[in-house]
Amino acid sequence: MNSRKFKAHLAFALIRASAAIVIGVACLLLYYLFANGFKVLSWSFMMESPSQGMTAGGIFPAIFGTAYLMTLTLLFALPMGIASAVYFSEYVGAKRSGLAVIMRSATSMLAGVPSIVYGLLGLGLFVLSIRFGFSLLSASLTLSFLTLPVIIAASEEALRSVPLSYREAAFALGATRWQTIKHTVIPYATPGIMTACILALSRAAGETAPILLTGAAYYLPRLPTSIFDQFMALPFHIFALTTQSVNPVKTRPIQFGTVLVLILLILGMNLVAITIRTHYRRKMRA
Amino acid sequence: MSEKFKIETIDLSLRFGSTEVLKKLNIGIRENCVTAIMGPSGCGKSTLIRSLNRMNDLVSSCQIEGKVLLDGANIYDPETDVVELRRRVGMVFQKPNPFPKSIYDNIAFGPRIHQMARGKELDKTVERSLRDAALWDEVKDRLRASAFSLSGGQQQRLCIARALAVRPEVLLLDEPCSALDPAATAKIESLMVALKKDYTVVVVTHNMQQAARVSDFTAFLYLGELIEYDETKSVFNYPSNKLTEDFITGRFG
Repeated sequence: MNSRKFKAHLAFALIRASAAIVIGVACLLLYYLFANGFKVLSWSFMMESPSQGMTAGGIFPAIFGTAYLMTLTLLFALPMGIASAVYFSEYVGAKRSGLAVIMRSATSMLAGVPSIVYGLLGLGLFVLSIRFGFSLLSASLTLSFLTLPVIIAASEEALRSVPLSYREAAFALGATRWQTIKHTVIPYATPGIMTACILALSRAAGETAPILLTGAAYYLPRLPTSIFDQFMALPFHIFALTTQSVNPVKTRPIQFGTVLVLILLILGMNLVAITIRTHYRRKMRA
Repeated sequence: MSEKFKIETIDLSLRFGSTEVLKKLNIGIRENCVTAIMGPSGCGKSTLIRSLNRMNDLVSSCQIEGKVLLDGANIYDPETDVVELRRRVGMVFQKPNPFPKSIYDNIAFGPRIHQMARGKELDKTVERSLRDAALWDEVKDRLRASAFSLSGGQQQRLCIARALAVRPEVLLLDEPCSALDPAATAKIESLMVALKKDYTVVVVTHNMQQAARVSDFTAFLYLGELIEYDETKSVFNYPSNKLTEDFITGRFG
């Protein structure tokens, strides 16, 4: 075999091996989780509160808390994210002004800030200064700050991908800039924005550090009734089970079950995002 | 045939950055006529038609000198309401560009944003526009279907109907047939002739047979300059300029 062919084979083998390793790790992880966690999954596990110092019972308060938290986060992050993205891509973005450059780099810098720093920010700002206390409100505001850079970047991308011909068509009919954005640009970009939001949110659903410092509780006897209450959440529950257990042997299966539920939740959210994207892509390109 | 100028350009020059695209153009477009602007690629014909409803405003590097008069008023005057201008001077583009909405909503877009009609009245506007664009019979049973379900030629007529829905006075067509097959082209051409009864029509084309078939007046543009402008018959039968003659006889283009 000549050396050119050999190099090609070698390169291809390396590429294939890398891909195999990545897929292998993912499969192994999922298998391990299912093998250990699947047997504890049951209706009562999902719908009951933990009992006997978390060595028995279910994880309903954590599921409820995470769902509540995500809803609030979405409520804060979505309007702010879309508005900022529209501002960046439709107003300042069109011009190459210094302001636009500064603001855009500020947003992308935010994306690189470690989540524990967001946690500290939330603790200092929402919990202590504004006195929202350890609460759903503080935690969801902190998480929405964390997701904003991702939502903004992806929404901007979606807005930019709106073909010029749609904007031109709207302008040529005498639409104002705002009417063009509202009736033409945003509707076209909506699937992309929604996908981005769900993905950002699924990322936030697994975050532990920010909520640890802003409102998640180790154990609560009652469900939160207002946004000023503390809450239990899946990732923090995993952390608590891992580090604070009084009986590790008994909590182990519960821990696996909780991890599995969290993973399934995130996978489910990703699946929804993919479905939305393919559905609308087909519709828009018909 | 009216002798009144609906649109008149006076020493209209336009540059994109440092590139001069239009050079001191003086051209009068007569009311209720079809005026064709032809010329080889890159001669500035699209830029010219886009400067008649200020679509070039969207390009930040664009600088304009001179005037464009619509019914005697300069549209580049700082007081001009660009939104109202574009309602009065509608435009159809090279590639059909319906919105990803239903047929009905495409037509209703203009009347809705201008708050011109709603309910039953809007239904009537949609029907009138589609009839004017010779599309009604083909789509009347599926107004709620996506505009993308139409063929290319139908989509272009939909775009014409969409432009007509806001009751413009002038209709600008920027190479409306370049993406269409001959049968669809023939339909659009006969439509243009029919439309001049109610509208002033300006069509950009690189296809001189099309100019000869549909237009009353023809302008020949070359490298940003107006080489010849006259009644279509005389431009094609007795071109006064050597360049025009070469273009018409197919020596370049």
